[in-house]
Amino acid sequence: MTESTAARKPRRSAGSKATGTTGTKAGAAAAKAGTAGAKRTTRTAATKGPATELVQLLTPEGERVETAAYAEYAQYVAGITPDELRGLYRDMVLTRRFDAEATALQRQGELGLWASLLGQEAAQIGSGRATREDDYVFPTYREHGVAWCRGVDPTNLLGMFRGVNNGGWDPNSNNFHLYTIVIGSQALHATGYAMGITKDGADSAVIAYFGDGASSQGDVSEAFNFAAVYNAPVVFFCQNNQWAISESNEKQTRVPLYQRAQGFGFPGVRVDGNDALAVLAVTRWALERARRGEGPALIEAYTYRMGAHTTSDDPSRYRHDDERVAWEAKDPILRLRRFLESAHHADEGFFGELEAESEALGKRVREVVRAMPDPDRFAIFENVYADGHALVDEERAQFAAYQASFAEAEGV
Amino acid sequence: MALAKAINESLRRALESDPKVLIMGEDVGKLGGVFRVTDGLQKDFGEDRVIDTPLAESGIVGTAIGLALRGYRPVVEIQFDGFVFPAYDQIVTQLAKMHARSLGKVKMPVVIRIPYGGGIGAVEHHSESPEALFAHVAGLKVVSPSNSADAYWMMQQAIQSDDPVIYFEPKRRYWDKAEVDPEAIPGPLHAARVVREGTDLTLAAYGPMVKLCQEAADAAAEEGRSLEVLDLRSISPVDFDTVQASVEKTRRLVVVHEAPVFLGSGAEIAARITERCFYHLEAPVLRVGGYHAPYPPARIEEDYLPDLDRVLDAVDRSLAY
Repeated sequence: MTESTAARKPRRSAGSKATGTTGTKAGAAAAKAGTAGAKRTTRTAATKGPATELVQLLTPEGERVETAAYAEYAQYVAGITPDELRGLYRDMVLTRRFDAEATALQRQGELGLWASLLGQEAAQIGSGRATREDDYVFPTYREHGVAWCRGVDPTNLLGMFRGVNNGGWDPNSNNFHLYTIVIGSQALHATGYAMGITKDGADSAVIAYFGDGASSQGDVSEAFNFAAVYNAPVVFFCQNNQWAISESNEKQTRVPLYQRAQGFGFPGVRVDGNDALAVLAVTRWALERARRGEGPALIEAYTYRMGAHTTSDDPSRYRHDDERVAWEAKDPILRLRRFLESAHHADEGFFGELEAESEALGKRVREVVRAMPDPDRFAIFENVYADGHALVDEERAQFAAYQASFAEAEGV
Repeated sequence: MALAKAINESLRRALESDPKVLIMGEDVGKLGGVFRVTDGLQKDFGEDRVIDTPLAESGIVGTAIGLALRGYRPVVEIQFDGFVFPAYDQIVTQLAKMHARSLGKVKMPVVIRIPYGGGIGAVEHHSESPEALFAHVAGLKVVSPSNSADAYWMMQQAIQSDDPVIYFEPKRRYWDKAEVDPEAIPGPLHAARVVREGTDLTLAAYGPMVKLCQEAADAAAEEGRSLEVLDLRSISPVDFDTVQASVEKTRRLVVVHEAPVFLGSGAEIAARITERCFYHLEAPVLRVGGYHAPYPPARIEEDYLPDLDRVLDAVDRSLAY
């Protein structure tokens, strides 16, 4: 090989593995509202749920709330068994463990970025467990707990954060769409999908996740409007975790988010997002309503992002520790544990086994991530088009020739 | 059959042959679209198949993506070229990339119809040619028919494609008539077509400018010059093989489009053809198109748009080398 070739080629083939480090209270409303036997064609849907204040079924101390105003929702969990309650708890514990492992993996350089769900376990597990197998879920990029409920292997979620793909799973395997980075875009996809369900005459429903920041996006408002106009069976699930990176709710909205729904013509409900039982109940209410043909609903899960927006973020620059301390007292996992213990639904054996299962999950995640191979270089040109494209073919051939020139340069 | 009618007939055929095909957009129902391209379709196929939407372009494309995920094949109408930008985010960040992000598991058979280009005396945002902005995005196919037969067949192919297709309709040619054979066997969607054979220079155009280039070739013939005219038909991908073959014969190339010349599709064609045909070229590839200025008010749009003289002037400059 020539000297110039030798000097040039290895320089770009040094194999730097860039993973990227970017990175009102209202009075109790009439229980009959929103439950009348409306058909999908109804244009004047009820716009209020049975209750419009913060729906809570478990206090932070783990005590059952038996308020009559919440009865309309509570009936959806009236028959919940101790086994199901333990299941919710297990889901939350394992999701938090997975999330902690992913955060650690980012710190160790195994992931380029991670968006933690710490603090939002109840909002995600409660709503995720309310979905039926044939329902369809449209997440943001933080719905690791919902993915868990849908049966998506959590390690599948890590590929895009490691930088080996931009999505990576088959959305139709678990009816769990790919993560969406552009804020609020998926609310429209969810609505369109729900419109398709109506056209098909099916009785499943769609749930679209987004955050408080996304509520400012035009796409979310457009989705609300399309869903209302077409009476689409979609539940909009807003996890109001109080912060859109460094922007507080005050910078997003001048009215409580759940009240937005009324202006579009469907009910909005604010639920205690740290109360898995209440979230499960309210989400079941909304999904079943949608399946019956009564159209969309908005759920505002009032919760708190206990960690940073992503691992690139520094919350100490924009919020006080005392805020976090106040929310830690409302921890969703601790709350359910207290209830399980006081109701004698779980014993030490259960918690011990779960701890061991948790550790095993962390270990598996760690091993899988570390073994996750880089994609083949030619993956650049894969799946750009379903039907092919001459320019992609041409550039793939150029790339192949270029790669082959290394082998020639090295005399292989 | 007029070009607009040809699209209408093509949409009708698609609605008849595939129950998953949907038409969506503002005013596409009772009104039949502001250009009547969807005239009569809602009457015959119902509001569930031909859907009048809220006035929200991002919403139209975003929900079309959801419907495609559910197995439908939406054909959406953006009312005018300049109104596509509220939907640009959905088209570029979502529609174009969904197939790749799902590692090929998800298909996005969505057609976005955009009446484009000037020459009809419209107010602002009703006469633009933004095709290069879409052609630059991997994952999208961008096409533009120039005549009724292509309008008919390219729409059939666009709807059948599992990829998103941006289908630019030359609105100033909507009323031009030509034969359409619904039994024909069309060539591939991406293939360019030699409209007129010639030996002295190649004129390459698409959409509204093909007719102008044919007129230019007629005028040049009177001066004893033999111009070959290519209808590119597809802007992404470009059928460079056909352009190359023509240039190797004529040794000169002028690309004509209404869009601004700077970083327009003509720039890409000039660069690629220079690479492919450097030793065949007798002159640099020249471009005729719009200026780097907002599309002007209608009273002076004729100064902005390529016309016969500007094309012939470029022909003269090329032949002078």
